[in-house]
Order: sequence, then structure tokens, then C-alpha cells
Amino acid sequence: MLEYTLLAGLLFGLYFSLVGLGLNLTFGVMRIVNLAHGDFLMLGAFAAFWLFNLAGVNPLVSVFLILAAFAVLGLPLYYLFVPRLLTAKDPEMLSIILFFGLSQVIEALTTIAFGTSERSIPGNVLGSGPVKLLGQSFPAAWIVSGIASGLAVLGIYLYLYRTRIGYLTRAVMVHREEALATGIDVHRVSAIAFGIGLALAATAGVFAPFMLGSVTPAMGVDINITSFAVIVVGSLGNPLGTVLGGIVYGISLMFMQSYFSSWANLLPYLLLIFILLVRPSGLLGRQVRRA
Amino acid sequence: MPRALRHALLVLVPVVAAAALLPFLYSNQLLLFNFVVFLTLAQGVNVIYGFTGYLPFGYAGFFGTGAYGFSLAVIHLHMTPLPALAAGALAALLLGLLLTPLLRLSGAYFAIANLAASLAVFQIVSNPNLEDITKGPYGISLSGVFSPNLSYGTAVAFMALTLGLVVYLRNSRFGLSLQAIREDAISAGMAGINVVRGRVIAWLLSALIAGLIGGVFAWYVSVFYPETVFSPDFSIFAIVFALFGGIATITGPILGVVILYGIYNTIGISTPQYFQLIYGLLIVGLVLFLPNGLVSLFRRWGIDVP
Repeated sequence: MLEYTLLAGLLFGLYFSLVGLGLNLTFGVMRIVNLAHGDFLMLGAFAAFWLFNLAGVNPLVSVFLILAAFAVLGLPLYYLFVPRLLTAKDPEMLSIILFFGLSQVIEALTTIAFGTSERSIPGNVLGSGPVKLLGQSFPAAWIVSGIASGLAVLGIYLYLYRTRIGYLTRAVMVHREEALATGIDVHRVSAIAFGIGLALAATAGVFAPFMLGSVTPAMGVDINITSFAVIVVGSLGNPLGTVLGGIVYGISLMFMQSYFSSWANLLPYLLLIFILLVRPSGLLGRQVRRA
Repeated sequence: MPRALRHALLVLVPVVAAAALLPFLYSNQLLLFNFVVFLTLAQGVNVIYGFTGYLPFGYAGFFGTGAYGFSLAVIHLHMTPLPALAAGALAALLLGLLLTPLLRLSGAYFAIANLAASLAVFQIVSNPNLEDITKGPYGISLSGVFSPNLSYGTAVAFMALTLGLVVYLRNSRFGLSLQAIREDAISAGMAGINVVRGRVIAWLLSALIAGLIGGVFAWYVSVFYPETVFSPDFSIFAIVFALFGGIATITGPILGVVILYGIYNTIGISTPQYFQLIYGLLIVGLVLFLPNGLVSLFRRWGIDVP
């Protein structure tokens, strides 16, 4: 029971890292809160659902199409909203409201297009039968989703620490004005980071039917809260801290579900408030960030 | 004539009179009641967000706590409605006190933590394990105290009190000091303003407003579920209404409620997703092009708006 809980927590933790990662990257680079994050995740889930149901594309293939499509979508969205927003008096606060509006638009359009019914993809398309892992058996879909999330996180690490544009991205994260003064094209770097943020949300969405259950147009709000819990535990503005946050969150969620199942829904909220009050900078404070 | 009195005569008196007299001319009292509720909530948001800059994304938590405080006082303590309203307000006030440490957080952190707090209260109230106390997810029924006319009148009275408070904040040293804290807390502190005290008072006042009107809401509708009163829509509608009209003014939130909630009632009931679409587009356009609300348009034209 204990090993099972820990391992399942780890798998879900990797997945939750992916759920929060895009939001945290956007916040880290632009200091704005993309409250439509959960809705982009929902759109990714719907895209995977339709590609699977209409064209029979396996989610493991469609994830690449969806990832690319959302990264490209992010660039015009960035230039449409963010530069104007950043000139305002309090961009951080206004961004919450602006992206809340955007999330309402997305949710409304999705509802108009697809209705409110729940959709899901059968779990066996990611591999059939339970898989043994260290003596415990898990649904294959969990293992595949966990591995895919781990790969996505690794990809972001390589992007941030092994490419030139990632180096520039980290410079913008540390100090936007100084980066600008050094001659970095801050808007280009930010636009790419925004696109990657959306792509990560959509990637998490592709695996949402397997990890979170069925998909509805209104799921975005809960996803946002979960993402916030994850990234605040890690530390806001530090993308790699998200992994720690995701794993802490995943394991505590599994423990709550195993031992206090009727109160498990309270966990994200209490964890969030507790961490914010005790250690607002997150478990990995900003001083730990190697940027 | 002092400015506060002029504001009261120009805004408070007509709005309260309209709210009090319209039920005699227009038969849909529930609709009017909802307008009164949102006018009060939008002003409650105005008190905390407009004057101190803290965005209460979980404002519905106080509303729901007020509604449940009222209902549980009626059910378990067999109180009559008016003392029960006080119990609901007290419950909201206690929740506000419990959450005062959140004021240490700034910007987005506060908004998120407040949202999480309100959802946590919702999860506790609606937990099936507490059915004996809160009726869990099965909802509350208060048919014994149902009294639409009396509760409508009480709601109008609370709205009048709230408007009076905003008129006071708009025209007093205290309101000015709150705005100074919002603009620059350190300079305000240097100038001798007690920053912490000001923030806490504004926070508790806004919690009290939501708790009072939440209690009246429970009394008026008398049958409701936890999702009804803790619905994030209450927070978000109230914030958007206040912002749309213009925060830190008296007329702004009123304009916001009358226009946006008016649109909602024309098209939102039959086709909620189209309303959601328009509403989302309005919010986006508002933040990008008119971040200080409708009232700022009048200011730009040189008209002083209360």
C-alpha cells in the first residue's frame, strides 16, 4: 500500500509538474498570470479527443501536432495582449483579469462548438494491461503519461540551460530591464516563452483524459488551482522548481486519497495557503535559482 | 454643501429610492433582489480592491459563509432572521479575521490564496461527512422563515449602508489614506499612516458586507446548495462589475452592475454561453483599452464623477 501510494504519487507528480510548468514559465519570464492556462490545457485535451475519434490518431502521435500548433498559436496571442498589458500600471494584477476574460471566451466558444458533455479517450490506446513497476502494478496509461511528462520537463531543462535562446530567456527572467538594456530582443524571447507555455499546457491536456478523467469545457478553473498549488509549492517564477512542487503535490494527493479519501479535495487549497503563508517564495526560494 | 453630502444626494439617495420603489412598479422581485445583491457585492469589492488594491478572488467565500452562518443559526439555534443575520455576518467576519495573514501576500499571490481559501471553505461546508452540521452537499431549506418582502427590504437597507460606507471612504481622510497605501505602502507608512490597521479594517469591512448580504440572500431564496452560494461567479461578477464601471468611485460599480448585469439578464439566462463570450470579450477589451473603467472616460472629458 505504501509503496503503491509513493510510486503512484511520483507518476502523478511528474504529470502535475507538466500541468504547472507552462504557467510558471510564463510567469517567470513575463511576470503575468495566464489565468487561461487551464483552458489551453482543455483545448489540448479536446484536440487529442477529436484527432483520436475522427482520424484515429493515437494521442502519442497527435501530441506532437498539438504541441507545435499551440506553440505557433502563442506568438500572435502574445503580440496581441502582452506588450500592451506590460505598459499598464500594475500588469501582474491586470493580467489576472485579462486572461480571466480570455478564459471565458475560450470556454464559451468550446461550449458553443461541442456542448457541455464529458468526453474521454479509452486508456488502452496508450498500451494495454497493467504494467509492473517495482512490484506494484499500474495502468499502462499512467506510466506512459508519467514518462511523457518527464520527457517534456527534460526538454524544458535542455531548452533553458543548453540553448542560446534559453540563456536569453533566463536573462529576461532575472531582470527584464537589464536584459533589454543589454540588447536582448525581450519581446521575441517572451513571445517564444509564451508559445512554449501554451504548448506545455496543451501537451498536458493530451494526457488529461488518462490522468484526470473525462474532459469538459469547464475543467479549466480546477486545473488553474491545481497548477497554482504546484508552482507555488515549487516556487513561482522558477520553472524547474515546478518539478519539486509537482512531486510534492502528487505524493500528498495520493496519500490523501489512500488514507483520508473524503477530504482529499481539500488538499490543493490547504497546501497552497499553507505554503504561501509559511514560505511565500516556495520550497526552492529564488536565491536557489541558478539563472 | 460638503462633498460627501452632495455625493450622498446625487448617488446614494436615487439608487436606494429606486431599489425600494421599483418592486411596486415591476413584478419580478427576484430580479430586482439580484440587482441589489450585486450592487452590494460590487461595492464590497470596491472597498477592498478599489481602495487598497487587494484583489479578492475568493470574495464568494464570505458571501457563502454569511449565507451558511445565517442558515445554521436558524436551523440549529432556532434564531429569528434578524439575529441570525448578525450570526452570519459574525461568521464572515471571523473568516475575514482568520484570513488576515493573507494580507501579507501581495499582488497575484493574495488573489490566488484568497481563491484557494474560499474553495477550501466550500469543500469543508459541502463535505458529506459534516451532513449533521452543514447538511453537506444536499443543501439548505429554510421554509420556516421565508419572507420575500421583509428580506428584500433588509437587502436594500444593507445596500444603503454599503453605499454610505463607500461615500464615506471616497470623502474622508481614512479613504484617502487607504488609497495612499494602495499607491505606495512604504511612503504612506513614512507619512504616518498605520498601514496594517488601514488594510485590516478595509478587509474586515468588505468581509462584513459580503457576510451580511450573503445572509439576506439565504433568507430570500431560502432553498440553496453549497455550490449556489460559494459559486466563484459571485466573486468574479462582483470584481468585473466594479472594474468595468471604475474602482475607487461610488458610481463606477453601480454603472457596472446596471449595464453588465442588465445585459446578463437580457441574454445570459437563455443562452449563457453567448453571454459568457460577450462578457469575456468585454473584459479583455476593458483591460486593454480602458483599465480604469467607464468612469475614466468621463474624467477624460473633464467631468467629475462621484
